[in-house]
Amino acid sequence: MTQLLEAFQIALNMIISGDPVVFSIAFRTLMISLTATLVSAFIFIPVACLIHFNQFRGKKFLVSIIQTLFSVPTVLVGMLVFLFISRAGPLGNLGMLFTPGAIVLGEVLLIAPIITGLTISALSGMGREIPDTALSLGAGQLQMVLKVLSESRYMVLTAVLMGFGRAVSEIGVAIIVGGNISGYTRTLTTAIALGVGQGEIAASIALGIILLSLAMIVSLTVSTLQHSVKR
Amino acid sequence: MILELENISQAKNGHQILSDVNLSVSRGAFFVLMGPTGCGKTSLLRIAGLLDKPSSGRVMCFDRLIPLRGKERLQARRRMVTLLQRPVLFRGSVFSNVEWGLRIRGIPLNEINTKVLRVLELVDLEGYGDRDSGTLSGGELQRVALARALVIEPSVLILDEPTTSLDPNLRFDLLRRLRDLHSKTGITFIMATHDFTDALSIGTTGAVMRNGRIEQTGTIDEIFYSPKTPFMASFVGMRNVFPAEFREDGAVAGGHLVRHTSDKRGHGFLAIPPEAIVVSRKTTVTSERNHFIGTIESVERTGSIFSISVSCGNLIMISSITRSALTELDLTEGQEVCISFKASAVHVF
Repeated sequence: MTQLLEAFQIALNMIISGDPVVFSIAFRTLMISLTATLVSAFIFIPVACLIHFNQFRGKKFLVSIIQTLFSVPTVLVGMLVFLFISRAGPLGNLGMLFTPGAIVLGEVLLIAPIITGLTISALSGMGREIPDTALSLGAGQLQMVLKVLSESRYMVLTAVLMGFGRAVSEIGVAIIVGGNISGYTRTLTTAIALGVGQGEIAASIALGIILLSLAMIVSLTVSTLQHSVKR
Repeated sequence: MILELENISQAKNGHQILSDVNLSVSRGAFFVLMGPTGCGKTSLLRIAGLLDKPSSGRVMCFDRLIPLRGKERLQARRRMVTLLQRPVLFRGSVFSNVEWGLRIRGIPLNEINTKVLRVLELVDLEGYGDRDSGTLSGGELQRVALARALVIEPSVLILDEPTTSLDPNLRFDLLRRLRDLHSKTGITFIMATHDFTDALSIGTTGAVMRNGRIEQTGTIDEIFYSPKTPFMASFVGMRNVFPAEFREDGAVAGGHLVRHTSDKRGHGFLAIPPEAIVVSRKTTVTSERNHFIGTIESVERTGSIFSISVSCGNLIMISSITRSALTELDLTEGQEVCISFKASAVHVF
């Protein structure tokens, strides 16, 4: 117990003193997760709109598949991305394996179902009234979609934050396609896994505290947004 | 005609909602679409407002055939506004709600400002521009929705049961407001309602729907005073509607010969307004009246007047009388009475 408390104290000192290794890992993790979240939102919010505002055969089935993929194992996504970008894979010539770009690609795919599915839920929550009101006031199809997105913005932002939360805390993709290369592809989760394995408990706790803080910030923001929706 | 619907049918999930509907609305009319709840009024209004597409049939707006998609449809839709049954406001201020229709049309900002302030004044909401839309009462919300529609200066304003969720005072206020707007603006109004008294108070022309079909269309007077079917007679509040065989000497209904002024022959229906039926204790024979002896079955109070049901053989006639007449005649259940009515009071269809 004493050893654990000592490690916790060292971890806090590392954070307070701004330990360059700890903070470079935290900064890299943030950059990778933010990039993945923004790219995924940029692609999959429009995809969610396309699915929601169009009627086609198998729509319900597609939505339930998307919802099932919310909890797809991160190692499975990591493995699939690995197969695609490894030298023998179809995208092997891009030379992406063991780069931050590979982690971004994997995380984009990992959080795509969350952003798509929760955005569809957010749009569905608007019912028929908002799109009908927009159309009846003379909106074109795109103006109507943008209005519905704007009206459901807090819920859509929640979807994006949930995606970010999943990206920042995942390990499967980062370790399989990132390779946990020090100073290059090492993220908070892979560094913690490695640190615990090598007995560097204090550094791992410091990284863990930062990861937990990020998760808490996301969670608090989500609940604040949800509260403002219910106003 | 500003709007013409030709042979409109619509089916959803295997259910036929509208069947071969033909309807036309003239420019500047206050057209009232009536019918019981669930008869297809909303579906028809959504097609008329170009929000939905019919399964078959043609929609003509502003003397042009409207295609099912494309720019021409959007342009036509931009000349009309549909106010939904339960209007919703967007997040944000009253001003941002009212200006939205103008913004998406690319109207310059200074013009938007002037138009929004003017329309807020028109619906008695001066000074409400900065109010959060989430803090409005039901009546205020309805007026903001109306302002949001009017600011666009549409040629056609479609209202789907606007008085449904309002209490009697707000309902009366909205109807008065709509009547004023119609006379001031010259906009063609198309309003759906299940309450025919709304139609009587503001409509100029209208139609009555039943089970996805148009039952009768015409001026409000034609609809209310010359119903063409038993359903119509019942819908406009006529009672004492009986099937009859029309002969040269009169109509035979329930074994009784009823004199009337129509030259109709063959099978049909006759209706006698309850207020035209006189109840008396003695038989007073005159040449112009129909007379039947019957027994009072019930005396019921309906508002400020009383409904007396009199059984005359196979017919049960309902007469409306005032409290003072009821007291004066001392009418009670089981009593034998004479009922009489003029031949001219009998409506034949």
